[in-house]
Amino acid sequence: MKLWIAAFLAMSLTAAGGAAKLDCLSCHSDKASAKDSVHGGLNCTGCHTAIAAFPHPDKVAPVNCASCHSGPAETLSQSVHAVSGGPSCLSCHGGDPHAILASGDPKASTYAANLPRTCGACHGNAKLAKQFGLAEVYSLYIDSIHGFALTQDGLLVAASCSSCHGSHGILSSKNPKSKTNRANVPATCGTCHGGPLRAYSSGIHGQMLQAGSAEAPVCTNCHTTHEIARVGNAEFQMKTTATCGGCHKDELATYRDTFHAQVSALGFRQTARCWDCHGEHAILPASDPKSTIAPAHLIETCGKCHTGANASFVKYDPHADSHDVAHYPGLHYATLFMNFLLVSVLGFFVLHTLLWFFRARFSHNHGAGPDESRPE
Amino acid sequence: MDEANTRFYIRFSLTQRYLHWALAGTFLGLAFTGLQLRFSTAPWIQTIAHAVGGFGAILFFHKFFAVGLTITFGYHLLMLARGILVERDWGLLWGPNSMMPRWKDIQDFIGNLKWFLYLGPKPKLDRFAYWEKLDYWGVFWGMGIIGLSGYAMWFGSFFARLIPGSWLNIALVLHGEEAILATGWIFIVHFFNAHLRPENFPMDLTIFTGRLSEEEMKKMHREEYDRLAASGGLQAIAADPPPRWLNNFGRVIGTIAVLAGIVMLVFMAVAFVKE
Repeated sequence: MKLWIAAFLAMSLTAAGGAAKLDCLSCHSDKASAKDSVHGGLNCTGCHTAIAAFPHPDKVAPVNCASCHSGPAETLSQSVHAVSGGPSCLSCHGGDPHAILASGDPKASTYAANLPRTCGACHGNAKLAKQFGLAEVYSLYIDSIHGFALTQDGLLVAASCSSCHGSHGILSSKNPKSKTNRANVPATCGTCHGGPLRAYSSGIHGQMLQAGSAEAPVCTNCHTTHEIARVGNAEFQMKTTATCGGCHKDELATYRDTFHAQVSALGFRQTARCWDCHGEHAILPASDPKSTIAPAHLIETCGKCHTGANASFVKYDPHADSHDVAHYPGLHYATLFMNFLLVSVLGFFVLHTLLWFFRARFSHNHGAGPDESRPE
Repeated sequence: MDEANTRFYIRFSLTQRYLHWALAGTFLGLAFTGLQLRFSTAPWIQTIAHAVGGFGAILFFHKFFAVGLTITFGYHLLMLARGILVERDWGLLWGPNSMMPRWKDIQDFIGNLKWFLYLGPKPKLDRFAYWEKLDYWGVFWGMGIIGLSGYAMWFGSFFARLIPGSWLNIALVLHGEEAILATGWIFIVHFFNAHLRPENFPMDLTIFTGRLSEEEMKKMHREEYDRLAASGGLQAIAADPPPRWLNNFGRVIGTIAVLAGIVMLVFMAVAFVKE
């Protein structure tokens, strides 16, 4: 047995290439597993730089990651996490300084599929959320299409926290340099969603953003930030009309008067919602010849659902306003007439019914016949 | 009263009774499916819409009943045309057996209002009361407005070749408002006038059995009774008493239909108030 250990030590001596490491482990044998970490190729003194000789003082200067990792340390110091009581390197990189793993290692706390749980330790914690005014985003993210793809399907290209927020240099979304700042959101999402970004940039919303409009919606206004749902999802589609209507209030009001809206309000998808006619990302005003609702494209757009749509059919106005006499006189007066008819006919005959009821109910023979009910 | 000794007279032919069933059934079906679309923002209407099988089912049955009602209405028009053109029955166009409004309807109307206010006797009615004629012509008006606008929307791209496309906007307003008028009329005015008023409560079985007793005829259609008694025409419409099963059938199905209408009326009223 002793011989065996001696042989092992001899081999280790050769492999480690120096006496220093072996010397440390003779006392700190519990740190032997450090050789499996990403830093396994370093000597102990590579990090513990304050120790030059054995025996070393009881108290030594703490390890400074920045001595090697000056770049990340620099960006971290300018980030939103550089606050008193904020996270240290180890808060995210695994807690145990001797077991730090490379981000590509499936066991690493910074591995894409593990990252949500790592960030969620703070950002899914109600107490910390309250203390630092953080949104409790972990549970929202984990049920989102991104969270589901990453953690359930193991789809590593799905967006994890750092995909949108960055890693060391995370900035508040209020900071104009932040990846999650309103103006930068399309570019951030566009790193993966190139097609939608191109379409969005060509549309009126993207053009407004480029022109510096503070009202232009970006990806997150419609898709939300953390709880992003699959767009084919009925629940998401049910919300989209109200989302567009949040800004387009008049259009929402006139849409509500249509058959499209009645079916939609009942909770069914077999009807036109905003994007069915206006498109999603490349939305353009009707005055633009490329728009889906430009006069030249209406037959094609309406025809997606209404087979046989023709030039007269598309004169139907999906946003007609019965209160607007100048533009919709026919609709306006038809509505007035029907309201008048409804109120006058029902009003009169409900009264007729009530009079009849009381007369028949309280006459001696319940108003049974003409001869018997003559007043005395 | 001893039923065996009571005389009965035919008021509605078998075909007319079948047509009333077809009309009532398709109307209730149209109302039930249609009101879900008209009041689609009420949460409990959404629950019903999902429970009955979703929009696909609602639209399918709405169109199914619409075609049924169209056939019913068309059949009535055909019978009417045959009666007038083939059988040369001018009484269908004018006189007491006709649905055509006449001066006596105005007199009955004023007489009835006076009776309501204790200002006069109950008017003696002939074969058809003014409120029955309103029921009848209401169907014509409703078929014209709801039917045409409905088919215009159903076959929008086809109708757009005949009418301007912008009229399709008006079609939905006409369809929805007239539907409320029609359901309000049937579920309040018709149900009360024909079935629920104290004289007839709970159910006037004439439309189900096709006949009324001599006593009922004297009470409700005194002028017709006197006219026929004088001309000897009563014998021509004399009938056997209605069989018990037919009475019970009318009572049960008729009550179900009336209750269904009243439930829908309450649904609509609640949704309308909250809208």
